[in-house]
Amino acid sequence: MSSQVWAGSSRQRLGDRLFAGTTRAAGLAILLALVGVVVFLALESLPASRAGSVDLRGHTHLIGYLWPLVFGTVLAAALAMLIATPLSIGLALAVSHFTPRPLGRAIGYVVDLLAAVPSVVYGLWGIGVLGPSLVPLYAWLGEHASWLPFFSGPTSPTGRTILTAAIVLAIMVLPIVTGIAREIFAQTPTLQEEAALALGATRWEMVRLAVLPYARSGLVSAVMLGMGRALGETMAVAMVLSATGVVTFDLTSSTNPSTIAGNIALSFPESTGLAVNALIASGLVLFAITLAVNVAARAIVGRRTTGVS
Amino acid sequence: MTDVLFGATQPHFARLVVRKARLPQWAPTLVAAVAVVAASLIGLALGWSLIAIAACAAVVQVVTLPVWSALVENRRAAVDRLATSLVWVALALAVVPLVSLLQQVIALGAREIDGEFLTWSMRNVVGDGGGIYHAAVGTVLITVAATAISVPLGLLSAIYLVEYGGTSRVASGLRFLVDVMTGIPSIVAGLFAYAVFAMLLGPGIHLGIGGAVALSLLMVPIVVRSAEEMLKLVPIELREASYALGVRKWRTVWHVVLPTARAGILTGVTLAVARVVGETAPLLIIAGATDSVNTNLFAGQMESLPVFIYYSYTQPGLNPEHAQGHAWGAALVLITIVVLLNLVARFLGRLPALMPRRRR
Repeated sequence: MSSQVWAGSSRQRLGDRLFAGTTRAAGLAILLALVGVVVFLALESLPASRAGSVDLRGHTHLIGYLWPLVFGTVLAAALAMLIATPLSIGLALAVSHFTPRPLGRAIGYVVDLLAAVPSVVYGLWGIGVLGPSLVPLYAWLGEHASWLPFFSGPTSPTGRTILTAAIVLAIMVLPIVTGIAREIFAQTPTLQEEAALALGATRWEMVRLAVLPYARSGLVSAVMLGMGRALGETMAVAMVLSATGVVTFDLTSSTNPSTIAGNIALSFPESTGLAVNALIASGLVLFAITLAVNVAARAIVGRRTTGVS
Repeated sequence: MTDVLFGATQPHFARLVVRKARLPQWAPTLVAAVAVVAASLIGLALGWSLIAIAACAAVVQVVTLPVWSALVENRRAAVDRLATSLVWVALALAVVPLVSLLQQVIALGAREIDGEFLTWSMRNVVGDGGGIYHAAVGTVLITVAATAISVPLGLLSAIYLVEYGGTSRVASGLRFLVDVMTGIPSIVAGLFAYAVFAMLLGPGIHLGIGGAVALSLLMVPIVVRSAEEMLKLVPIELREASYALGVRKWRTVWHVVLPTARAGILTGVTLAVARVVGETAPLLIIAGATDSVNTNLFAGQMESLPVFIYYSYTQPGLNPEHAQGHAWGAALVLITIVVLLNLVARFLGRLPALMPRRRR
């Protein structure tokens, strides 16, 4: 009798241990996958150090090949965040403080829908609709603002410039930044808001005095998370940007810097041999950049005592 | 007469007015309406595009209302009006691209979609005709495979985090890495899958299952995060009640905690599927492209809807108008799938938590 009970509970314990072990193994598998990403990319990019100018499209060394791509990637992402940040903060403020609740919910649906559109469709829209509709604007800028280095031209006749790509990227990261900013704004202590209003502050003064100071670090990390996404976004850039791989701050010309992700998508299917390894090396660089941005963003969030996720 | 009377009896009231002059409540609406009408009239006369008209209306609104307010009210109120106008303009600016995109995709896509478009592949199609069947099959197979990989992995990890890991160092490290993993660029996931399969099977490899591996790398963190949140929501009392009845921990997790959190977990999984079903870059790298139906995940190139859209538009071949039309049609199908998945997720989220079934 007692041995039966013992046998039963031993089987139960085995079940417990098996289950706990399985869940732990799954967690470790995720860790391994992340390590695997680094290891496999590093292993496959090692041969790229031997690559010559044929595989590196005219560059004699890997650094010379990577540098313009890194420049383009950072430029496109920075431009995108320049556009997206004020828009997202405005949008999040609209939802949390400036519009009646039903409208706020409707805006929430719109933002969700923006997030749901696949990147390749944004690419289609950017190349088919946005680019052509920006051509007159670029032409006007080229005529009247060409003394600025950003618009010195020759102006692109197709609108497939880095500025167009950055606008598409901005629309794509908008839902991410807006979503996080909305959460943070909603967490502002109500008492502080009411105190500001009770002292006679207008709504904007209330936002400036109570909401924005509370949300500052959260907003910084939201923008950095958005930046991480913009850095790695591929298809929109690959389709919209007519890239020539130059290093320039000219935003509206027909010669544009390329980005790492866009370059991989465009070149990978046609590449063989060491060119593939060079592309994987550029992917490793992209991974390192986005990883750094993401870790920094998470670290800023983690420092907050209120713990916004 | 009355004025005199009031003035005589209550003279100090006139100086005690607290409210200063205010614009009427309908002032912002009026200015917005005037701005839109004026911009449309000017724009139509000069033949501007819709975007230019909208921009002009926005500028008019942002300038006029604060100026009016500064004249009638005071500086602080004017700043408030300016901020409010800017917020509304941001709102409009965010809606414009979405409307333009949906309008374009529906207008150009709906023309394409018919029986042939949905049930034919592009095999041996020259010129007119053909469809997206091969791409749809590929997308479904790759997505299902990715889900089959990432749901068990993600769910078990979430169980580990909530039920076993707690606040241990391994668990918090895993949590951090999962957070970081959400930021992996999709193209890097594709390169990873390529690197793995190229090492195993030689360079130049294209496999459907490789696409599934890449997508699951993107899916796992979403599943883990949402499942973790849902498991945390299960009341501790349910677990304690189960333990008090002598039920072992793993049976408690399996038969009490998981069924309670089922609806939320399903929502998270559906959203994760919706997120990866439109991914293009990894599939471009590792799954490849073909014009034929391929139902074998483990051999040969496999087309998917996003890759089909990409190649139809950027490499349209001999019949560009037709191929680009195909791209818009496939885009409409893809957006419909993603929106449907989102709606399903919302519907699942509304379901009441399923209580554990009574076992006989």
